[in-house]
Formats: sequence, C-alpha cells, structure tokens
Amino acid sequence: MQEAISFTPQLSASLIAEILWLIPAVPIVASGLAALLKQPRRKASATLAIGSLSFSLLLSLVAFRHVVSEWANGRATREVVNFAWFQTGAVNVDLGWVLDPLSAVMLVMVSFVGLLIFIYSTGYMEHDENYTRFFCFMSLFAGAMLGVVVANSLLLLFMCWELVGLTSYLLIGFWYQKPSASAAAKKAFLTTRIGDVFFLLGIVWLFSQTGTLLFYNHGAGSLEPFALAGLLATPAALGLTAAGAIGLLIFAGAAGKSGQFPLHVWLPDAMEGPTPVSALIHAATMVAAGVYLIARVYPLMQAGALAGGTTTALTVVTWVGAFTAVFAALIAVAQNDIKRILAYSTVSQLGYMMAGLGLGGVAVGMFHLITHAFFKALLFMGAGSVIHGCHEEQDIRKMGGLKADMPLTFATYGVGMLALCGFPLLFSGFWSKDGILEAAQHWSVAKTPFYMLVFGALLTAFYMTRQVAYVFFGYWRGGKPAHESPAVMTAPLAILAFFAMALGLIGTPAWPWFRAFLDGRAASFAWRGFMEPGLLALMCASTLVVFLGLGLGWKLYGDRSPRPQEPDALERVTPLVWGWLRDKLYVDEFYGVTVIAFYEGWARVSDWLDRRVWGGVVAGVAWTFGLWAQLNRFLDNNIVDGSFDKGCDELGVGGGLLSRMQTGRVQTYLRLLALAVVLLAAILIWSSRA
Amino acid sequence: MSLVFYLIAALTVAGGLASMVLKNTVHCALALTVAFAGLALFFLNLDAQFAGFAQILVYIGAVAILVVFAILLTKGSETPKDGVFSRTWLAGLAVAAAVFAVLGWAILHTAPMLPGATPAPAVTVEQIGQALIGRYVLPLEIVAVLLTAALIGAVIVAMHEKEGTK
Amino acid sequence: MTPLAGYLLVAALIFSIGLAGALTRRNAILVLIGIELMLNAANLNLIAFWRYGPHPELLTGMMFAIFSIAVAAAEAAVGLGLVISIHRHAKTTDLDQMNRMKG
Repeated sequence: MQEAISFTPQLSASLIAEILWLIPAVPIVASGLAALLKQPRRKASATLAIGSLSFSLLLSLVAFRHVVSEWANGRATREVVNFAWFQTGAVNVDLGWVLDPLSAVMLVMVSFVGLLIFIYSTGYMEHDENYTRFFCFMSLFAGAMLGVVVANSLLLLFMCWELVGLTSYLLIGFWYQKPSASAAAKKAFLTTRIGDVFFLLGIVWLFSQTGTLLFYNHGAGSLEPFALAGLLATPAALGLTAAGAIGLLIFAGAAGKSGQFPLHVWLPDAMEGPTPVSALIHAATMVAAGVYLIARVYPLMQAGALAGGTTTALTVVTWVGAFTAVFAALIAVAQNDIKRILAYSTVSQLGYMMAGLGLGGVAVGMFHLITHAFFKALLFMGAGSVIHGCHEEQDIRKMGGLKADMPLTFATYGVGMLALCGFPLLFSGFWSKDGILEAAQHWSVAKTPFYMLVFGALLTAFYMTRQVAYVFFGYWRGGKPAHESPAVMTAPLAILAFFAMALGLIGTPAWPWFRAFLDGRAASFAWRGFMEPGLLALMCASTLVVFLGLGLGWKLYGDRSPRPQEPDALERVTPLVWGWLRDKLYVDEFYGVTVIAFYEGWARVSDWLDRRVWGGVVAGVAWTFGLWAQLNRFLDNNIVDGSFDKGCDELGVGGGLLSRMQTGRVQTYLRLLALAVVLLAAILIWSSRA
Repeated sequence: MSLVFYLIAALTVAGGLASMVLKNTVHCALALTVAFAGLALFFLNLDAQFAGFAQILVYIGAVAILVVFAILLTKGSETPKDGVFSRTWLAGLAVAAAVFAVLGWAILHTAPMLPGATPAPAVTVEQIGQALIGRYVLPLEIVAVLLTAALIGAVIVAMHEKEGTK
Repeated sequence: MTPLAGYLLVAALIFSIGLAGALTRRNAILVLIGIELMLNAANLNLIAFWRYGPHPELLTGMMFAIFSIAVAAAEAAVGLGLVISIHRHAKTTDLDQMNRMKG
C-alpha cells in the first residue's frame, strides 16, 4: 500500500479552493494543542478555540465571496481538489474537498454560528472547572463538522461524520459524574451507530458498484451522470434500483444523525450536556449534518426521476420527515423542561427539513436548515441565559415574569420564538417554512404530507406560546430572584436575533436569491414572484394557522402561571392524551421491551457461555494439568527420589557392613589375608586343572 | 616312611600343638623349643646337618630365649582373666583348617609325581662355605646389613624413652 | 606315599597349626610364636625339596633355608622388641584390646 499524494491536474483551481482544507484542519489542530494544556489554562484554551474558528470563518467568508463572484459572472461554481490516498492493486481510494454554493453557505453558517456560541460559552462555562476540556472538545467538533461540509469523498465525509459523533458523545457526557449524563451520551452514540451501520453498507455498495467514492471528479465521480446511469441500470431488491437502495441506506445514516423517527430518542436526552453544546451541536450543526448529507448526495437520491415526478428514495424521505415533524411537535406540547421543549422542537424542524428536501429539492430544505440554525441557536442560547439567570433551574413551572427581570433575553427570545413559529413577513422562519409548504402543496404523489406539515405548524406555534407564557409572563414562582446575564452572553443573542430576521430577505419569492444560488441560476428582484398561482393563498393560510396557534396558546396559558403542583391547562381538558404526550408516546419504553431486552437476553447467554462453557473448558484443561503435575510430583518424589535415596541408603548400609571388617585388630586382618590366599590358591588350582 | 620319621613328626607336631594351646605363656615358649628341636631332628634326618645345627644354634639358642625374655618383660606369665583365646577363635581355626585343606589336597594330588627316594647327597661344610662366598655372596652381605639394621632397630624400639618426651 | 610327600604333609600340618595359633591366641607374643612355627614349616619344606629334588649338589635349598633362619631370627628380634614397646604404652599385650585402628 503506497501513500502517494498526486494532484490531478486542475483546469482552474483557484487559490481558495486549494487551501480549503485549512478550514477544518485549523480547529482540529487547535483542539490537539488544547488537549496538551493543563486544566487551569483557561484563557489559553478559549483563545485557541475562538482564534482557530475565527480563522476558519475568515477563510469561509473568502470562499463564499469567491463562489458568489463566480456565480454572478455565470461561470462554473463547483471546484474540486482530489488526491489519491492509497492504492491496493487495482483499487484506488481517493479523497478530496469541494467548493460549491452548497458547501460555501454551510461553511459560513457553521463557522459563524459556532464562533458566536464559543464567545457565549466563555461566559456560560465560566464557573465550570473543566473549562479547558470543554473548549478542546468544542474545537474538535467544529473542525470535524467543517470537514463533513467540505468533503468531496463519501469516505472522508464518513470519517468526519464519525468524529462529529464522537465529539457529540464527549460533550453530552461532559459532566460525566452525573449518571444521567453518561447514560445519555451512550444512548446518543449507540442510536446514531445504528444509523451509521446502514450508512456504511451504502458506502461499501456504492464503492463496489461505481469504483469510486468521490462525489465529483471531472465526470468520473459517483454523483456524476455516468456513474448514476450505471447505478440505475443495476436492479436491487424490492423493485428498487441500486441507486434507490443506496440512497435509502444513506438516508438511514442521516436519519440517525438528524433524529428522524424512530431514531430520534437520543436527542431529548442529549440535553444533559451544557447549553452551548445543545445550541451548537443539537440545534444548529450536527443534527443538520444529516440534512446536509442528503442534500449533498441529492443527485443519487433523485436519479431516475422523470420530469415533475419523484423517486422511491425521496418519497420515503418525505414521509419520514413529515411524520417526525408532527410526532415530535405533539410530544413537545406536554414537556416541562425548557430545553426538552426546544429539543423536541428541533426534532420536529428536522422533520420539516427532510420533508423539504424530499418535496422541493436541495434549495428548499437547505434554506430552512440555514434559517433554523440561526433561530434555534438563538433560542437555545436564550434558554441558557434564562437557566443561568434562574440559578440553574430548568423547569418552566418554576419560572415566570422574567420579561421584567431579563429584558434583553426576553426580547431576543421573542424574536427567535416568532421566527420558529413562522410569524409572517418579518421573520426568516416564515419564508423558509412557506417554501416547504408550497413544495408540499404541489407534490405529485399525495397531499397528506401537506396537511401534516400544516398541523405541525399549528402545534409549533402552540407549544412555543405555552413555553414563552410559562417562562416570561405571569409572576415569578422560583426561589431566589432572577438576574440578567452578562454582556458576553447577551451580545451573541442580539446578533443572532438580527440574522433570524434578516435572513428572510434572501428567500422571498420576490427575490429568491438563495434558491438561485444553490441551483446555479441567475436571480433578480421582481415583485412578480408573488404572483405565482396559489402562492398568496398559501401565505394567507399559513399566517392564519400561526395566529390560530398563538391565540390558542395564549388563551390556555396567557398570564396565568399555574404552580408546579397544579395540573397544566391542557391537562385539565384531556388528561389521557396529556399523559401519553408527557410520556413521549412510549417510544423509549417500546425499545426497552424489544431491542434492549433482546440484547440483554443475548448478553446473559453469552455470559453463561463464557463462564460455564469456555470457562469450564479452561478450568478443565487447568485441572488436567494439575492432575498431571500431581502425577509428576508423585513420580518424582517416590520413584526418582525414592530410588535415589534408597540407593544412597543401601550404599551407606553397604559401607557400614564393609567397615565392620576394619576392626582395628591385627588378627582379623591376618585371617582375611589367609582366606584370600586360600581362595587365590583354589582358583589357581582349579583353573590349571580345567 | 620309617619309624624315626613318625617319631620325630609326632614330637614336632605335639610341640607345636602344645605351644599354641597351653594357657601359660611360658609353657608355650618351652613347647616351642621342643618343636624347634623336633625340626632340627628332621633336618638331621634329611642329611642337612649344617641346617640342623644352625637351627639348634639360632632358633633354640637365640629365638626361644628371646621369646622367653619378651614374655617375662611383658608380664606374660600372668594368666589373663578373659581367657587366652580370642572371642572369635573359631573363625581363625576355620581359616587355618581351610589353608591346611588346600595344602593337603595339593600335596596328595601331586604325590604320584613327586620324586621317590634318592641317595643321600654328600654335603661338606667346605662346600657350603664355598657356596656362601661364591655364589651367594650378595645375599650374605645383605643379610649382614639386615642383621645390623635389625639389631639397631630392636634396640631403639625397645629402649626406654627419655623422661620428658613421653 | 613318597618320603617327600610325608615331609611336605608334616610341614603343612605344622604350618596350619602355627597359623591357627597366630589367628586365635590373644597374646601378641604367642602370635609371634605362631609365626616362627610357620617359618620353620617353610624351612622344612625347603630342606625336604632340596633333599629329594634334582641337583642337590647346587645347595640351593640349603642356602635358602639358612638365609631364612637368619632373617627369621632378625625378624623375631625386631618383632619382640615392638611387642615390648607396645606393652610399655598400652600396659597389655592383649590383641583383642588393641583396636585403635578400628573403622
């Protein structure tokens, strides 16, 4: 296996494309350096993390500007840099990175939101003694996530994907002394692992079919028409083609990472980690990696679709996404932990993104991903500010009236909440969600996802109003009075709030800049965009739904502020349904009874085998050896030693007998002499006679 | 075999037997003298006159006296209380009997091959003297040295040690 | 039986008697007496063979016997001197008690 790095000749690889690998590499190196620091070096580790990510942000902005200028000038917007990693015989494994509109916007989003969260964490984690370790892991995560974004090879993407999973495990279990935290970390890792097994199967299958794992390689990549044609021609099971089957396998991996039903169970438990972790990893970036993966391999998912139609893979994606959206929103209605509500909200919104990808394509799903990143990070950081201000309290029933005590937090949180609900016109969430609803409305297969997503929007508005009413309105039900957070925490909130509103501008139908950028078309501002058939009606309908949800929520929860021991307002209406929703619709319990019980049974069998059967064999062998050793000892002591000792004793006895001849008396010697002579004479006579 | 032979044989054997069996050591020495005398008679009977007289002179005249002296010097005249024979006298007797058996058997077995009666040789003292000085001069001289050494040795061995070096 | 055989038998008898005495008597002097008897028996053998053997004019047997007598006398002297010396040390001539070389 030789390791040769040879750069395939590029037609026009710009400088920024060549050095694109620095964007993920620098934070990883910073993480490695931070790992060598001792715990008390807090300033150094924070500086390393923030500095490296700022550098990555700078390079990402440069890359983004470059791609925008290429796009504006109508040139090709995709640049790849590939190199050979290793060869074994006829098999070539290449790695590489890609710079195109999709990766450019993700790079900017990840590094920008990440940087803001890092700055926020310096304030949030100030009183934590493991400060250095925190920033080391966060840096590693940032580098790995950026690696997932720039990867041009499915193998490189998978490697960074696993690294992201690892850092998620490390950060969820950051306070590992808490048993609930370490259990949540294990759950996260194992659940995403199930998805990753299918993902790996898809990778191997793709490699065996097309011979390459690179996405784009001047026509020879696996997402390029030649390879896709080959995949479409190969049939797989259940009436699918190889392309469809591989697409579904890859979606299984994405479903694990992005918390789609039924692999969503780890995300709410992942709230055991510190709030900046929840904000960065489980709201904005890592969970979005699954969505990004589907967007990245979209040509594969879409392969074989006729004009206006869709493929099996994308249909599955849409249904799973829509179902998840409603499922998670229902559970979010009945939760009492401020972060858990946001976690289920994230699962629900991820469902929206997946549905958007399946219904409307890359641009629709990605736009919602970008806007969601900003306002969900804002909401989580706001929640962190609230928790910090309420002295580590997380139960919303013990808060209240904070709009007076924490005005900045309230204002920014309100912006985020309205963006999430999809409040019309001013907030980016409205435009991105409407894009998805519009695509759902025109879906050729069925109309059911559209109704599910609309219902989901209603629920979203409802539970967010409930949460805001509990936390910020009414009167204070906690212990010590709350206080506002320091500027280092509220400043990032303000910045994110600005973007939560402003990002809507690039996605309106009047100026669909984002969609055009990603699709590679030209974009221009035209009011005519609003005149699309059914668009205005849809906008009005969604506005109505949002107001309905807000109104219902306010009516039930308003300024009431019930005490923790009193039942919730909705609980009074339907206690049975409320019970189901509060218990998360029993998915965890179902897993406990089936999968985990199955594994426990096998573990017991294996343990018995190991102890009794294999252990028995070993013990048996040892026993026979012991027996043999005993036999040897017996032989040695009694026969060998015995015979030897006996011989020596006989010698002694013989010597004793012989020494009796030495009586010391002359006459004895004389007798012996005479006797000897007689014997000699006898022998002589006898021999001469014979 | 003539009567003289048997008589002399009986005398000699009786003397020898007596000297070995009697309890009183002095009686044993005297019996020994009788045995010596018998042997001298044997020599005379065998026409070895010189040897016979030499036997009388040396053995009876010197050795027997020497033995008596030794007995007297070592208080041998007292009878020991434990008995005169060794505790294991039977083993010695058996060995001696075995020796006699072998010798006797050898003699009787070769008796037919032994030469019969031959005429007596005429030996003069002059012949013996000539032989001593002539053919046997070396043994003579050596015997002289031997006798001197024996004399000196016996004196030294039997001499009283000086007081103080005991 | 030839005369020679007779003499030889007598000599053997005397020899055995002397040997028996030397091996069984307790007193050291009596052992020496036994030895003298043995020597004499040997002398008798020599003279007998001289008398009845070939070439008696060579005087071989006679000479041998004479020298034997001389040496026996010397040996008796030294031996008895030793016995006297031992008696001085051990105060006894009992051979059964002289077992310092026992081992």
